[in-house]
Amino acid sequence: MRPMMLDYVASCFEEFIELHGDRHIGDDAAMPAGLARIAGQRCVVIGHEKGRETREKLRRNFGSANPEGYRKALRVMRMAEKFGLPVVTIIDTPGAYPGIGAEERNIAEAIAFNLREMMLLRTPVVAAVIGEGGSGGALGIGVADRVLMMENAYYSVISPEGCAAILWKDRKHAQEAAEAMKLDANNLNRLEVIDEIVPEPKNGAHSDPAVAADLLKAAIVRNLKDIVNVPIDELLERRYAKFRRMGQFDETES
Amino acid sequence: MAIFKKPTFRGSGDKKRDMPEGLWQKCPDCGEVIHELELKKNLRTCSNCNHHFTLSAQERIDGLADPGSFEELDRTLTSIDALGFKTYTEKIEKYRKATGLNEAVVTGRMRIIGHSAMLCVMDFRFLGASMGSAVGEKITRAIETATSEKSAVVIVSASGGARMHEGILSLMQMAKTSGALALHGQAKLPFISVLTHPTTGGVTASFATLGDIILAEPGCMIGFAGPRVIKETTHQELPEGFQTAEFMHEHGLIDMIVERRDLRDRLAALLGYLLP
Ligand SMILES: [Zn+2]
Repeated sequence: MRPMMLDYVASCFEEFIELHGDRHIGDDAAMPAGLARIAGQRCVVIGHEKGRETREKLRRNFGSANPEGYRKALRVMRMAEKFGLPVVTIIDTPGAYPGIGAEERNIAEAIAFNLREMMLLRTPVVAAVIGEGGSGGALGIGVADRVLMMENAYYSVISPEGCAAILWKDRKHAQEAAEAMKLDANNLNRLEVIDEIVPEPKNGAHSDPAVAADLLKAAIVRNLKDIVNVPIDELLERRYAKFRRMGQFDETES
Repeated sequence: MAIFKKPTFRGSGDKKRDMPEGLWQKCPDCGEVIHELELKKNLRTCSNCNHHFTLSAQERIDGLADPGSFEELDRTLTSIDALGFKTYTEKIEKYRKATGLNEAVVTGRMRIIGHSAMLCVMDFRFLGASMGSAVGEKITRAIETATSEKSAVVIVSASGGARMHEGILSLMQMAKTSGALALHGQAKLPFISVLTHPTTGGVTASFATLGDIILAEPGCMIGFAGPRVIKETTHQELPEGFQTAEFMHEHGLIDMIVERRDLRDRLAALLGYLLP
């Protein structure tokens, strides 16, 4: 099994003080967040945690966050902004939770609000996709100055199963859908949606978690170092410009 | 939804065959068969049960903008098959032919009872008004233009969500459009979001829910996840009226439900108030 968010928090960060709750409704265990330190640098770290054993998986809702998770994430980012701490987000989710309560508490707005506010957040942000980058639930903490992606992770607009169910009318075509959607790190790098591919041990992150953590840590630390001293207005301009460029279209008169 | 419904003809299977194509429409809510002329007169709402039929972008623009005031932007901008995805190119071509549009959103400057604003209208007929690169780009440009011209933005949404055929690029349009709204908001300019049937997925989770003021047409479906997905994931029965405009209003997620016949006046009043 691939290392998860809290595994990397334990192995890449020297310190982690978890904070809880969105200050409104609850605390989302699918989205741990807290004060941390990486290679001596103070920062906040926020991410999706899927949980390992059955009980833990259930408690973590398999890494599918509810609105409270996204709102806690933003609350902690705002605190980071206040205290001049950079933000590290760790993305690993099949998607935001499709539940009745999630809809009632406006999961769509919770994500949208983060997209807008992260674009204006006056502190550096590094995001790392470590496993599953599932749709809006991933992007909801993914508007970052640097987006890193582990070699064997995926990042996609819809799960391959979901895409297959809609376009092939059969979930069995998930493999074809995955290939068609080009959701692997190399393709995302080529499409300029991510900034860097983080290499993994030869047989994948799960084959040697310690080495995987070293590689991820090195990438996070290097990227933080690159951006922490950039004047914030310039950083925000670059952040906007980066996402502004994404997409391909044609506008010749036909 | 009325408890007592006006009796209508039964045996709809036969009736459809008898209806001259395009002249008569059957109300999907109450089954009333309505003549095209009457439907047009009522801004495409059912005179029996007030069901709001889906509008094309052109019909919506005609219903909102002062006559002759709409100045379209980026008309030629259209999607390309960036990923080499199945039969996407043919699909776009098919929808372009069928709708006469180049993309699923029409954007432009307008005046509405004298108040100028940037208007974006999604057209559900075009691939379910899914948001790909072209839709995201057109909306982003419209917002950016509004920011530089210090004008308000009105977006009339309807969408099945992200355009899967463009994979991750379609997802990133959520960040792009929301980012443009961030700057528009920083300039202290108003954005009014109008939700129409249906507004779902990535559009709901980006610009559609970011309005300073959010209006919705009665009865329209609004949500993030599809009802089938929610049912399959949670194994729960969905509450009555789940994911309708009325449900959203009751839960405090939108400001008001506005009948189509009142929308133009309401928008003009809000624009006049926020940007005098
Ligand atoms: Zn009706």
